[in-house]
Amino acid sequence: MMRLFRYVVALMAVLAALPIAAGAQLGSYNPNPGPQGTFAIRGGHVVTVSGADIPNGTVVISGGKITAVGANVAVPSGAKIIDATGLMVYPGMIETGSSVGLSEIPQGAASTVDISEVGSFNPNAQAFFGIDPHSAHVGVARVVGITTVVSRPTGGIISGQAALINLAGDTPPKMAVEPRVALVVQLPRSGFGGRGFARAAALQQGQNADANRVRQAQLDSLRDLLRDAAAYEKAQSAYAKDKSLPRPAHDVVLASLIPALDGTMPVIFTADRANDIRDAVNFAEEMHLKPIIMGGAEAPDVAPFLKQHNVPVVVTAVMSLPSREDDPYDVNYTIPAKLAAAGVTFAISTGNPGSEIRTLPYNAGMAAAHGLSKTDALKAVTLWPAQIFGVGDRMGSIEAGKMANVVVTTGDILEAKTDTKYLFIDGRQVPLDNKHTELNALFKDRP
Amino acid sequence: MKSLIALLLPAALAAQQPAPAKVAPTLIKNATILTVTKGRLDNADLLLENGKIAKIGKNLAAPAGAQVIDATGKYVMPGIIDPHSHTMIDAVNEGTLSVTSMVRIRDVLNPTDVNIYRQLAGGVTTINVLHGSANTIGGQNAVVKLKWGRDVDEMLFPGAMPGIKFALGENVTQKNGQQVALATGRPLRYPATRMGQEEVLRDAFTRARDYKATWDDYNARVVKGEKNLVAPDRNLELEPLVEVLEGKRFVHAHSYRADEMLMLLEIAKEFGFTVKTLQHGLEGYKIASEIAQAGTGLSTFADEWSYKIEAYDAIPYNVSILMRHGVVATVNSDSDERARRLNIDAAKMMRYGGLTEDEALKTITYNGALQLGIQDKVGSIEVGKDADVVIWTGDPLSVYSTAQTTFIDGEIFFDVQRDQAMRERMAKERIALEAADRPGRRTSPVVP
Repeated sequence: MMRLFRYVVALMAVLAALPIAAGAQLGSYNPNPGPQGTFAIRGGHVVTVSGADIPNGTVVISGGKITAVGANVAVPSGAKIIDATGLMVYPGMIETGSSVGLSEIPQGAASTVDISEVGSFNPNAQAFFGIDPHSAHVGVARVVGITTVVSRPTGGIISGQAALINLAGDTPPKMAVEPRVALVVQLPRSGFGGRGFARAAALQQGQNADANRVRQAQLDSLRDLLRDAAAYEKAQSAYAKDKSLPRPAHDVVLASLIPALDGTMPVIFTADRANDIRDAVNFAEEMHLKPIIMGGAEAPDVAPFLKQHNVPVVVTAVMSLPSREDDPYDVNYTIPAKLAAAGVTFAISTGNPGSEIRTLPYNAGMAAAHGLSKTDALKAVTLWPAQIFGVGDRMGSIEAGKMANVVVTTGDILEAKTDTKYLFIDGRQVPLDNKHTELNALFKDRP
Repeated sequence: MKSLIALLLPAALAAQQPAPAKVAPTLIKNATILTVTKGRLDNADLLLENGKIAKIGKNLAAPAGAQVIDATGKYVMPGIIDPHSHTMIDAVNEGTLSVTSMVRIRDVLNPTDVNIYRQLAGGVTTINVLHGSANTIGGQNAVVKLKWGRDVDEMLFPGAMPGIKFALGENVTQKNGQQVALATGRPLRYPATRMGQEEVLRDAFTRARDYKATWDDYNARVVKGEKNLVAPDRNLELEPLVEVLEGKRFVHAHSYRADEMLMLLEIAKEFGFTVKTLQHGLEGYKIASEIAQAGTGLSTFADEWSYKIEAYDAIPYNVSILMRHGVVATVNSDSDERARRLNIDAAKMMRYGGLTEDEALKTITYNGALQLGIQDKVGSIEVGKDADVVIWTGDPLSVYSTAQTTFIDGEIFFDVQRDQAMRERMAKERIALEAADRPGRRTSPVVP
């Protein structure tokens, strides 16, 4: 017994000596946020995004919302004061091209990847049910000031439904802002890739004709499915009104397409090439869908078309290499500037599944270094993605009444050297510890 | 057809410029000069002459015939050095054997790779072109100056230390491709474990040591004046490893996990050489003092992680932890894409671990020069060094800044205004060529 006691004491001493960062918890690298308290962030340079900057402003947070913003704002009694003197206050950034929580380690750990369902048509595969709130990517991304992401499935023709989630909370329901925010479609592509030799070779061997036949068949299947869903909706609502009609069988797949068909749920079309973008928009109009273009590398080439059809673009290609050898070196850096000049609605995204979404601000910064204004660059990762995904009235700027997703930084939030000092998501203060800070703390002073 | 396409490519346009017999001097005036090794100079001038940095100071006079660039409000920094690149190569891996020390990257360098130009536009002037990581002992690397439009011979960095790529861990064991191998019947290649990797290294260096002894014996007998000697057979596999043993060739070793790095450092110690750099070394921070003690450098990603199992413990604090332990650490790209924006990756090191501006800049300049043995020629702005410098529109550690003019050996290889002029020229040329290519005259495209 004494021996056991000694052993326990020794073990406790060892455990006490381990420099585990505050807030860490067994089984997760993402410490939970605190309660929805009342906070007053005072003395910082407030970048509201929706309006003018407030050089020495106060932001009051209470009950999960921003309740007041301004230069002379009364601080409620009992509010926890956050001194932001010399700091900057921003709305949280929003990454809309990710698959956060669906794919942890893409190579060599297949069981950590739940990003693509089997088969071509999976409208009822919901990212919401596959998101791992304890993904280490969550804690790492939010400390650069990304408070919200769209996480989407990929693959097939209808990949499934994307979720819009906050990067805080230990269950998917606690994270979700819009559990079903958009349908994800990869429209079959036209023709064979490229120009020049590749295209010539494909034509000569008749591959283009084959590819086009396959594509037409896939498009027809997609049309059929969408028409079936529309007919299903008609039958169901007719039956709801008149129970004397034969009762139509329920079908979860067709039912899941109805929000997209009635225009309440936008449809993400992945498309980079000009032709593919045009095809997606035309297809969406034909089937009465509300399209969002994801990718958009050649969106500037069809900018008047996009503006005319009022279709927004999530640009994931800012940091991509030019796709053609004779493209200008900055052809992709300048996509956002060209879209802004043409009046096309857009957001900037990394297009990365999860681990690298923390580079979102530098994608926006790179666009600003190549012709986009700094204020538009910031909007392209805050207010505009919120608006594109239908939550612009709830987040994306620092305004009274909006969800309190607020970041307090040491400087310009798009600069790589800037650090985050305080983070609030849904009005809760979020600890800044994550997998990387913990490993840093464990090893930085190792002799 | 081929010539038509060639005419459309910037590669061809650049190739039309022969090296000038003598480069005119350049005086850059009123810039903020980031010397990297000797701090920051405000409102300073920089004279580039005969391919070298000739003078640094205030109110420098322009020599006769010099082009003068007013850089008021602009920044000048040394050309960026990327210690881990696969740009320009038509083949990355000769991965069929466990030891391919006989193959050379310089044999597959393509000087018309447009990524050279894209990287010049990101302020990069020198890259370390490495063999891939398919096998334990890979091929010989090439250090290259990005002299866009010139022949390979002109691009190879004069006097750079020869080197060789080693690789450890998952890429060598091919575990990620093993299912494919089993399904397709592709034979598994030894080694398939980290145990095997240690054995491959030990075996190779044991053979290299014997080979060296054979030649040393022979050379000693030649010196003694013995007649009728038969020289030993040359062995192209072991010759580069003998150079490693003799300290005449640097080892750049792809590695991820701390244990495999320690294994390599132990082997090196046993055979009496120093590993020059651990490449990637994502878990280097777990054994920073051991790496420092071995006198080994480390070149890593700024913030890439979680893309495979052995990258799951990668942290962006790697560089700062290593530097605080005295390791010469650099940030590299390993990517044609990332190479274009290493300045931003360097700035991240200020956020993660609190590097100073000079320390952050060193991770993409001077420390890279140290790792490649070219620190006397490039990596900082000092009189007498090669005139490999870049004018930036603002602080290069800001995401809002871009490279405006990139010099190598005093010559301009990228300039944003020249680029604009070239675009306009190419656009006109394209219109002219398309007009000339009327349907009636069209010939069948060539299918390669």
